[in-house]
Amino acid sequence: MGRSETVPSGEPDRPEVPEQRAGEGPYLQVRDLRVRFDTEDGVVKAVDGVSFAVERGRTLGIVGESGSGKSVTSLAILGLHNAKRATITGEISVGGRQLVGLPEEEVRRLRGRDMAMIFQDPLSALHPYYTVGRQIAEAYRVHHPRAGKREARTRAVDMLGRVGIPQPAKRFDQYPHEFSGGMRQRAMIAMALVNDPDLLIADEPTTALDVTVQAQILDLLSDLQEEFRSAIILITHDLGVVSQVADDVLVMYGGRAVEHGSVEQVLRRPQHPYTWGLLSSVPSLHGDADADLVPIKGNPPSLINLPSGCAFHPRCRYADRNGDRSRTEVPELRAAGEAGHLVACHLPAEERTRLYQQDIAQVGVAR
Amino acid sequence: MSTETEPLLRVRGLTKHFPVREGFRAKGAVRAVDGLDFDVRPGETLGLVGESGCGKTTTGRMLVRLLEPTSGSIEFAGRDITHARRGALRPLRQDLQIIFQDPYASLNPRHTVGRIVAMPLQVNGINPPGGIKKRVQELLELVGLNPEHYNRYPHEFSGGQRQRIGIARALALRPKLIVADEPVSALDVSIQAQVINLLRDLQRDLDLAFVFIAHDLAVVRHFCHRVAVMYLGKIVEIGDRDDIYQRPQHPYTRALLSAIPDVTTLGPAGRIRLTGDVPTPLNPPSGCRFRTRCWKAQERCATEEPALVPQDGGNQATACHFPETGTISQGAGPAAVTAEEVSK
Repeated sequence: MGRSETVPSGEPDRPEVPEQRAGEGPYLQVRDLRVRFDTEDGVVKAVDGVSFAVERGRTLGIVGESGSGKSVTSLAILGLHNAKRATITGEISVGGRQLVGLPEEEVRRLRGRDMAMIFQDPLSALHPYYTVGRQIAEAYRVHHPRAGKREARTRAVDMLGRVGIPQPAKRFDQYPHEFSGGMRQRAMIAMALVNDPDLLIADEPTTALDVTVQAQILDLLSDLQEEFRSAIILITHDLGVVSQVADDVLVMYGGRAVEHGSVEQVLRRPQHPYTWGLLSSVPSLHGDADADLVPIKGNPPSLINLPSGCAFHPRCRYADRNGDRSRTEVPELRAAGEAGHLVACHLPAEERTRLYQQDIAQVGVAR
Repeated sequence: MSTETEPLLRVRGLTKHFPVREGFRAKGAVRAVDGLDFDVRPGETLGLVGESGCGKTTTGRMLVRLLEPTSGSIEFAGRDITHARRGALRPLRQDLQIIFQDPYASLNPRHTVGRIVAMPLQVNGINPPGGIKKRVQELLELVGLNPEHYNRYPHEFSGGQRQRIGIARALALRPKLIVADEPVSALDVSIQAQVINLLRDLQRDLDLAFVFIAHDLAVVRHFCHRVAVMYLGKIVEIGDRDDIYQRPQHPYTRALLSAIPDVTTLGPAGRIRLTGDVPTPLNPPSGCRFRTRCWKAQERCATEEPALVPQDGGNQATACHFPETGTISQGAGPAAVTAEEVSK
């Protein structure tokens, strides 16, 4: 794997949003997305100014712990938040169309056809009362009103076969409870892909599955991506899964992006102390099994009462190196050195590189 | 581990079948656990790993007698406790405790933390020197909680802190053996590491023996001295940690290890791609239960059940007719190349 040294950026003070790459523009472009919920206890800023882009044929991994805003982001893209309770601002453009502020009816037309979602728990996402095949066929007919029953059935059986379900014609008429966990997840992927969506959002798609089945599903997703060239967002807390399938990684903390870059940059040359913390808390199959893990102290913050300044500062080992800045000033997401690598941290770039080499790369799992 | 020390826990032929009825007629049985043999020595941690439905949780519940074994025996500190009655079990429970997976469901929401942790002491009529409250506060401190939070309720704590409360409760009676059933799988990554480190410190400081049940092999590697790999109610391989992780002999252990996405390798690793799902324990395959998904399976595997025996006279025992040899290479999946292995 190629390895280049981190070069401190020439203009570190300019906040950046991901630029379009050369060639075709990104299929999904999210700019300064904010999602707020008014609750009795106060305003929850579940997502607070997040920007990213995903091109066709590429996979973005969004990583974060509970309450980091990763799932809220994906639901906002699909327009699944209740408009009465959530306030969404910013830009979400899918295939050139602006989704924020679009009438519900039009979002519904896009959802399922141009963009689809795979949920964590297939048992609650599939209706127990209808056969699996009927649900997939229905998803097809909603967006193909002229398609007859027979055509929809043929299409659904074909999809079931494509996601690796044996005897798809027979399985078509079975109910979700007759499927095993891995088969249900495959059925849900078949349903998500039945209209050839260009954007697929997978929210913890393998968390409920066993590792051998997880490996099958991850392989399946990459195979299907190659075939359909869809843009994929993979939301997960599992850095291992991200390292296997993602091209780019967005690390979220307290509703904000703290680090963003290619998988190689974020996992091999991480720049944010939170990313360091995540990497050194994950037990690995390699390295010294007797060494203590290095956890992040404290707990993930409550979104109602976010710490001032950098939300990570109460848990950060290096927060007091910046005087009061960590407590008073929210760090902007800025260029971290290499092209496309962004980080939101007050530490100067040279110091981050030095600290990483000294404290993390030596002892942690990131090698 | 030396073999001279008397095992604290000796399990032989442990079996649990759950009968399945259709109307009034018996239809068969779910063979959740089917003849386990293993020992746990004092101060030793044994990891029980496997995928869902392999019987690891059922095993843990039988060990602390929350479930009645169908057959087989469990000996604890030299006493047969397989069918011991409630009264006879009570003194034993002081030495044998359990930590549950779900830190939300395993604590009574209407009891204060002080009451939850004091409960085992009160139930067993123990009055520690200095009083129950003092002991409880010591325990809270031991697990890294603020002893002044004695009067708070579970909902005031985060998931990781609740799991610490569960650990304090398990430690209240100074047990010799703790069965920990997926104690960190419901926690966030950064919190998981805190709890694993806590359990490791407690294990060393208090010389506790653990049966650590988990599906996450990386977590088990950081906590256990020995590891038993289960598949469909049976142990397919058992041995010292380094042997299991570096020189696994059972094809299933190799497949399981290679399926774990590891953060130290980028991109799709050369995996052994297992096909299909785990068969139903209602009607497990004849002979070797793994044969339906095994790339090495031959006729003999269908007719003859492989015994769990040491292959080379060492500590590592494998139930396989055609065990693997050699080490697995670091970070690149198994070294043994098979037709099923897909490298992309």
